[in-house]
Amino acid sequence: MDYLHDINAFLPGIIVGVAGLIGIVIDSYKDDHGAIYGLSVVSLLAGLVLSVTDMFEPAGIAFSGMITYGGVTAFGNAVILFGALFCVLISREYLSAIDHDFGEVYAMVLFATTGMVALASANDLIMIFIGVETMSICLYVLAGIFKNRKTGAEASLKYFLLGAFSTGFLLYGMALLYGATGSLSLPVIAEAASTDLLFVAGAALLLTGFFFKISAVPFHMWTPDVYQGTPTTLTAYMATASKSASFIALMIILSKMIPAETAEWGELIEVIAILTMVLGNLIALVQDNIKRMLAYSSIAHAGYLLVGLAAGTTAGYSAVLFYLLAYTIMNVGAFGVVAYYERQQGLDFTDVNNYAGLGFKRPLMAVLLSFFLFSLAGIPPFVGFIGKYMVFAAAIDAGYIALAIIGVLASAASVYYYLRPMVYMYFREPHKDVPLVQSGLLFRSTLIVLAALTVYLGVAFGDLHNLLTSYYSNEWVALIGG
Amino acid sequence: MELLLNICIYLPLAGIAAILAVRSDKATKWISLIVTTATFALSLPLLFNFDIANSSTAQYLTEGNPVLTGLDIKYLLGLDGLSLLLFMLTTLMGPIVILSSWDSVKKHLAGYYSMLLLLQTASMGVFASLDLIVFYVFFELSLIPMYFLIGIWGGKNRIHATIKFFVYTLVGSLIMLVGLIYVGYDAGSFIDGYQFSTDWRFLSGDTYQIGLVEQTYLFLAFSLAFCIKVPLFPFHTWLPYAHTEAPTAGSVVLAAIMLKMGTYGLLRICLPLFPNAFVEFAPYLATLAVIGIIYGALVAMVQKDVKKLVAYSSVSHLGFVVLGLFAFNTIAVQGALIQMINHGLSTGALFLIVGMIYDRTHTRQIKDYGGIAKVVPVFAVMFMIATLASIGLPGLNGFIGEFLILNGTFSSEVLPQNAFVVFAALGVILAAVYMLWMYQRVMFGPLKHEKHEKLVDLNAREIGLLVPLVVFMIWIGIRPVDFTQYSEAQVQELLESSNEKRMAIKQSANSQELPQWASTLYDVTDELASKTKNK
Repeated sequence: MDYLHDINAFLPGIIVGVAGLIGIVIDSYKDDHGAIYGLSVVSLLAGLVLSVTDMFEPAGIAFSGMITYGGVTAFGNAVILFGALFCVLISREYLSAIDHDFGEVYAMVLFATTGMVALASANDLIMIFIGVETMSICLYVLAGIFKNRKTGAEASLKYFLLGAFSTGFLLYGMALLYGATGSLSLPVIAEAASTDLLFVAGAALLLTGFFFKISAVPFHMWTPDVYQGTPTTLTAYMATASKSASFIALMIILSKMIPAETAEWGELIEVIAILTMVLGNLIALVQDNIKRMLAYSSIAHAGYLLVGLAAGTTAGYSAVLFYLLAYTIMNVGAFGVVAYYERQQGLDFTDVNNYAGLGFKRPLMAVLLSFFLFSLAGIPPFVGFIGKYMVFAAAIDAGYIALAIIGVLASAASVYYYLRPMVYMYFREPHKDVPLVQSGLLFRSTLIVLAALTVYLGVAFGDLHNLLTSYYSNEWVALIGG
Repeated sequence: MELLLNICIYLPLAGIAAILAVRSDKATKWISLIVTTATFALSLPLLFNFDIANSSTAQYLTEGNPVLTGLDIKYLLGLDGLSLLLFMLTTLMGPIVILSSWDSVKKHLAGYYSMLLLLQTASMGVFASLDLIVFYVFFELSLIPMYFLIGIWGGKNRIHATIKFFVYTLVGSLIMLVGLIYVGYDAGSFIDGYQFSTDWRFLSGDTYQIGLVEQTYLFLAFSLAFCIKVPLFPFHTWLPYAHTEAPTAGSVVLAAIMLKMGTYGLLRICLPLFPNAFVEFAPYLATLAVIGIIYGALVAMVQKDVKKLVAYSSVSHLGFVVLGLFAFNTIAVQGALIQMINHGLSTGALFLIVGMIYDRTHTRQIKDYGGIAKVVPVFAVMFMIATLASIGLPGLNGFIGEFLILNGTFSSEVLPQNAFVVFAALGVILAAVYMLWMYQRVMFGPLKHEKHEKLVDLNAREIGLLVPLVVFMIWIGIRPVDFTQYSEAQVQELLESSNEKRMAIKQSANSQELPQWASTLYDVTDELASKTKNK
């Protein structure tokens, strides 16, 4: 019985992981990668459905307190699986078009997703570490798919070296925390939390490791190079699923292990948030490469998310969860459209200058990109606006008014670079007439679904937000905290 | 009737769906025309059934449930005296701008008309929403179509113009958003069971009072956004660019409707929510308004481009509206309200007229014209009427607005210095100078350019779209009460209740708790504080 309960609690992760194992075996006997692709889609979809149904279940713990399930955990898993599923859906067409359709890609995505699910479900430092490592190692591989290109090698190596470095911080922090409290279980550590140097140093190192993973300034240096050198649909995967997983883990640590009442980390997060928002947005302004632009934009979005964390309130946490979903939808979409252009022959479509005049050639793709960019810019009625609104509202309610003002000003600056691709697409004449190959039906419909979601969740956000807020009602906190 | 209001607002969206479905250029135009005409027709019952005696209560109310638990944010629409005429102006301009683009826009028709229709929905939404968050959403939504209208169908420097317009306006409104959220939480603490409220009816009521220090910051945040939108000097720099580069229809909507969102916001939100700050800052903002009146007029005078001239005249005219609002009495605010409509009609008409002649000659430079009145007499008549209305000739609408504003400002207690009236009146004179001089150089004298001998006069479509505007210009000029009656009771009530609220907040303020600057600014003295304590 107990086994069943445990397995059931981690079922989404297990399905995805096992599918990866089976897939890689089948794939080694086949030249065509249809089987592993189909298997990944099916397993990710199954995991997503399971997580979504789990979202409405009460939370609990499993595997002797190693992981949590239900409620907020399930929502986090759903966001991760959603991001992974949509990235996989658009990957095949793109990777085939650029001759990089390897079966390993899907296996790595599945394994990484398993790690992310573990990370988001973690209730113990060991689980966090396993999750981070499973995720990261697979991502290092994915970053190096363009193995014959300089940018690909740079991305993979840079990501690996800096990632290993940050894992060192993470592990060192965990060791110190174990030394200070004698336990690896988050609730136990929370009870033993103190202002000892040992505990504080451990927590600081642990947070540093995570700041690296979510690419918060000043630990963001790897992001643009890695995002640029990775195949675009996989960049989308890194930017969304991996960031969501790391963020959820960071939130778990901050809310459960070192609750704001015992340690005042609000100001620390505030400073990091300001740096991240301001620097991310300012550097994005001068990027000509659209992938680098989106990379800096994703740094800036990490800053907005940190604003919600800095608030440290119920509203702040639920805003962060909502924002993660919004961010996943619009970023997968934006990278997806970029991937569509990038596969075209004749021009380098990662350079925004080459987007001139594309708006009327394949109107659908241009309109879709506009939807995602307006949403990223936080303009109503798109979901990006609601996300921003919620994190800033939480910050204002918690008294961080200056933080909110800096945030909105930074996001005002961001509008300029989000508008740029549209300026080129719609307002300028094309330099050179390049025929654009039409995208496949699946690719197109995936992006259309995402675009529809940016509007749908931008208008009908009430139920979801109420659900997220209910996670942080007192009973839940009591259950997890105790 | 509440359903009708919603239908009006969302009908243009259905039009967009139809346009995207049929994919035919000819059908696109007709669908847009039918949809906007239907919207106008459907909005008429809203005007006729409006209960004037109760103009201060919102009518045709649609009230949704709060979308978030504990937060009173809801879909709340309705029309009252402040918004009714602006709403009607928006629906009236709908078919007119569609018709004005009939032959002049030739590329990407589906996109163009979709954007115009989206703009229509957003503008109606702004005027009809009574929840500030809903207001904000429509307010921002209006930026997107205008951005594309200028950027795709605009003139040579359209890219620079549209980005400047977008970023400028957005910076203002994002700061307003922070203020808005703060107000929401602050108001929530006054209500049981809610942490947040942006219901205008509650915020403007007398139970909700904001402390003096908070009021100052909030007033500055909100008024910055609105002053950029108006645009008030010195935030006006985006306007001439946007107007000059925009296609005719874009300029018309921008002038007639979008600029009004700024002045409307000042009246709807800043005045009742922050009455103390509104009154204390009135002299400063009125000064900016008067500078805007004079500066706009002087700059308009030296313009070589007719469209730019009209754009700068907007800066000048909107200065009057802002002056009227900050005069803080019934006459002036009524004047400001009617002047918003007037400016929409006459400047809208001027932009249409400039667009019509531009379609024929492809130039807007004054020097390229001269003596064309003989060739195109109907055009000359229309142009003359719009010009005179813009100047404020008695018998036409502009006079009514400017007269009420100057009259109200003269007797204003908030702006006791007569200098405001004197300099503003100077603006009226300057308006006559630059408009008539421009008219003379364009229309009269010997025919300067031979190619204009064959200039074609206005066709039926063009006359048809100008006639309604001219009718209203004359109607308002002769019987203004037909229009001012809608807002009179509400303006009076709003000013009274805001003033009472202002006194109450001032009474309860304690100079000990206020920072030095606040007690100086709001003139909270120790005696006053001790007086209230003794009571």
